[in-house]
Amino acid sequence: MLTSLLLLKPDEEDYWNSSKFKAFTFDDEDDEFSRLKESKQAVNSIRRLVEEDDDEDDVEKVSWSGEPVGSISWSVRETAASNQRTDREPAFPKINADTPTVSRSHSGYSLSSLFKGETGDQFSDSLSDSSVRLYAPELRKPKSEYKDYVSDWSPEETVHRMQQGKAVSLEKFRSLQDKLLLLDFSISAHDGNVITAVTLFTITFTVLFRELESRQTALRHFIHYLTETRDQRLLLELLRALGRTEDIALLQYKEHLSIADENKRRDFLKSCLSLPFSPEDSAHVQDHYTLLERQIIIEATDRQAERGGKVEIFQKFPRRASILNMPLITTLYYCCFYHYTESEGTYSSPLNVRQTFRISEKQFFVTALAARAKLKAWVDVDALFTSRNWLGFTRKKSPLGFHRVVDILQKNSAPTQVLQEYVGLVDDAELRISLAQKHKCHDIIINTYRDLKDRQQLLGYRGKVERGSVEERKINELLDNPQIRWKN
Amino acid sequence: MAAHLSYGRVNLNILREAARKELREFLDKCSGSKAIVWDEYLTGPFGLIAQYSLLKEHEVEKMFTLKSGRLPSADVKNIIFFVRPRLELMDIIAENVFSEDKLHSSREFHILFVPRRSMLCEQRLKEQGVLGSFINIDEYILDLIPYDGDLLSMEYESAFRECYLENDQTSLYHTAKGLMTLQALYGTIPQIYGKGECARHVANMMLRMKREFAGSQNQILPVFDTLLLLDRNVDLLTPLATQLTYEGLIDEIYGINNGYVKLPPEKFAQKKQGEASKDLPTEPKKLQLNSAEELYAEIRDKNFNAVGAALSKKAKIISAAFEERHNAKTVGEIKQFVSQLPHMQAARSSLANHTSIAELIKDITSTNLYLSLVSASEAFFDNLTVEQEFMTGVDTDKVNTYIEDCIAQKDPLIKILRLVCMQSVCNNGLKQKVFDYYKREILQTYGYEHILTLNNLEKGGLLKPQTSSRNNYPTIRKTLKLWMEDANEQNPNDISYVYSGYAPLSIRLTQVLARPGWRSIEEVLKMLPGPHFEERQQLPAGLHKKRQQGENRTTLVFFLGGVTYAEIAALRFLSQMEDSGMEYIIATTKLINGTTWIKSLMDRPECQTP
Repeated sequence: MLTSLLLLKPDEEDYWNSSKFKAFTFDDEDDEFSRLKESKQAVNSIRRLVEEDDDEDDVEKVSWSGEPVGSISWSVRETAASNQRTDREPAFPKINADTPTVSRSHSGYSLSSLFKGETGDQFSDSLSDSSVRLYAPELRKPKSEYKDYVSDWSPEETVHRMQQGKAVSLEKFRSLQDKLLLLDFSISAHDGNVITAVTLFTITFTVLFRELESRQTALRHFIHYLTETRDQRLLLELLRALGRTEDIALLQYKEHLSIADENKRRDFLKSCLSLPFSPEDSAHVQDHYTLLERQIIIEATDRQAERGGKVEIFQKFPRRASILNMPLITTLYYCCFYHYTESEGTYSSPLNVRQTFRISEKQFFVTALAARAKLKAWVDVDALFTSRNWLGFTRKKSPLGFHRVVDILQKNSAPTQVLQEYVGLVDDAELRISLAQKHKCHDIIINTYRDLKDRQQLLGYRGKVERGSVEERKINELLDNPQIRWKN
Repeated sequence: MAAHLSYGRVNLNILREAARKELREFLDKCSGSKAIVWDEYLTGPFGLIAQYSLLKEHEVEKMFTLKSGRLPSADVKNIIFFVRPRLELMDIIAENVFSEDKLHSSREFHILFVPRRSMLCEQRLKEQGVLGSFINIDEYILDLIPYDGDLLSMEYESAFRECYLENDQTSLYHTAKGLMTLQALYGTIPQIYGKGECARHVANMMLRMKREFAGSQNQILPVFDTLLLLDRNVDLLTPLATQLTYEGLIDEIYGINNGYVKLPPEKFAQKKQGEASKDLPTEPKKLQLNSAEELYAEIRDKNFNAVGAALSKKAKIISAAFEERHNAKTVGEIKQFVSQLPHMQAARSSLANHTSIAELIKDITSTNLYLSLVSASEAFFDNLTVEQEFMTGVDTDKVNTYIEDCIAQKDPLIKILRLVCMQSVCNNGLKQKVFDYYKREILQTYGYEHILTLNNLEKGGLLKPQTSSRNNYPTIRKTLKLWMEDANEQNPNDISYVYSGYAPLSIRLTQVLARPGWRSIEEVLKMLPGPHFEERQQLPAGLHKKRQQGENRTTLVFFLGGVTYAEIAALRFLSQMEDSGMEYIIATTKLINGTTWIKSLMDRPECQTP
């Protein structure tokens, strides 16, 4: 579509209007030109005109000292491109006669020149008029298209033509007021492609900040565009000028994802700490940095310990992956697995991790439980639940429902004796029975039915246990027990 | 091939044919043999328009996937890139062109942008120094793709993200363009209703585009009576809920992509008698799902709990039909039987497929907690219970234990986000304390980089801290009757059957609009975001429909930002209700479910699971 931004000059209009050849531009680079082959011969006759049309030189002559344009990386690229062009001999003899001098606005340097003088299929457009691609032949063309080859379009028409991928001249919108009018029409057309183009083409960088602020849509498109082209520096500058500080912070922070080296990533995160995040996010980013810093230390120490071959746990359970860049809870799991007994003073101590990152009791409990169960350290598991009351008796307490405890233990293939203990602690009788059935804890089932005084269920269950087994004997004893007042 | 598109109230095959014609014309423009290099994302949507055979007829000999590096060798005259207008794809194309040039200077390059050309992309190609290498740079406007007899989709995945996060309204422009094309083929739609910011924009653009056509009146008798434009952000709740229709569940569990689903192969293995099944297929089974399959059309919109009965009924009919062979005595009768055999075989294999799918789903959804202890079904049941609590307004202002447990056991992040967002939506924002708690738990468990995703969800309005103390969700729920206690899953009498109790807000709005009209719910409409409006488009004299007694009206409902299969099922249900007097055709930017939707709002969804 940008190829169609063909610049027409007033005195050429007659030509365009009368000629059977419609608008055409070609690329002025030799190799590209040669590619256009026979189909281009048909329009050879108008080459010179087109050549004149290319007022790239004017761009060179423009003095843009008046306006500071330095910070826009676009202009850097642009200049390089135009220099290259003028250094070369034109591919065709150039006729300079009667080329009207387009008086450029000196109010600023327009980005529009970036997009001029390129090829594409302006050519094919002109022959088949295929730029208006429509689904169905029944579609009629809007009346505005009949004015295709008149260059004096209103801002509205200009935007409309851009939407159709047609030739337009943005040069005529010189005053700031005109440009802003054009921009506003493009905004109301809701076509991001056009909004971005108009923004880039017509607005000088210095007025950009000021004017875009009152045109949020164009601004968002411009920001989106800068994001896509990864023009981070300009983007940050723009956001800063607009006072959108949280966006800047997040955008900057996002960069860390593309840094692979852990030390560089850590340093980068450190540099993010001073960014204007919201207070909550700020705390999270601080944690992120602290975590990575710590992971780097743990990783280095543990890798050495593993290589040294002297620490038993690394020999028995070699580490499968590095801990770097893992989430906090995964790190805690790792610490519970390899560094469970360490005193609170070390970086890798689970208690220290818990404290530093304010991990909730439940999260800590679940993670430690899973890690110790994985190691089949049933004593540690047991100790997690044990709390002493003031009489010195121990009882099992859990911040987590015991059915969930059973679930975690079972996932770590705990033996039935261990499971049984925790299944028995499940409060809800029905849930307890279903878990006991699942894990074949006969005693619990039998005892629960006994406690529920449910004779029928107990009878039924007798059919499910093995003949002559301990369980069957136990059931029979209970059924014969005259002390129990069965409810059924 | 696409006969099912023409069975509906509106013959959508016309649209498909127009799109095919367009494609053929472009291919013929690049004369000689050709190879197509595909932006992989596009192959799905194109599959709904054309098969390979069409391309082959137009001298497409090879097809490649767009990848960086050198293009595979192919002895063709033209290389055509079919791509979306994305900058990163332009870089790959440039790389391809550069490495190709030295080898075969005689090849011709073309680009077909779908759905629109982009100045930025062409600028990028120019910067890379390859723009001049292309003979044709063209665009293929694939706005509205016929998906089924009553369904159109733009297959524009990022529409919601672009509109509500990035405030890029380009998709709305495409929507308006698509609607103009539709009106050119099916007549001007006299009445336009809408709710939401985006709906307003689309309507404005349509009206402006129509003004530009002024002077040349559309002479086609209108097929649609009404157009209803609905913003997705008017109803953020519905996509978050787990869909409970057959098609909805297939999508929730396995994901339907461009009309296809990939299923685990085990249940589809053809076991021959006496043969040990040692070589079970390992490739997923790929099935196309649309109304061309009679059985599927019958069962897809049913609540899953009613599918079993429907399948067994069908099984009896098919068995009976096969039994007929015993009654065929005369040559004529046998001949007749044989002639019906292909149809019966197809019906049987269709039945086999859907029985297998239903089994797969049943394994996951089976809702009896105490009898079936498969943990997947427990999870499904628990999840559903929590969703229903939220939707009925139970304890939405507290930290939910189930969500907490799910985080503790590291369930997939998207599942967590769906639930947390749902709680937020049903509480008109979470209490600051609850919001902070969830946020911290999520970041600690899944990684701090998800700050970015959580911020996106906040911008999109799905997850936010409560700003006013007033929660208006209960009012909305009661006025629109979003929760029906006695939803009948087997023989539904209300749309709430699609979520076993929850009636999708978006569809209630549609239903109320048809009768008694939106004036009856002004209060609620004001609570929902964005303006609501009504516009009329003048019809030329003589095109006013003379409606037959009892003839249904037709409404096109356009969901801006996506629609779920369950919502579609609810609209189909309304179309079929005898006294509704309204038939619905559905259009959308993309078919979504809670998972694909949340994913589209995430930054770097690929690293979502630790």
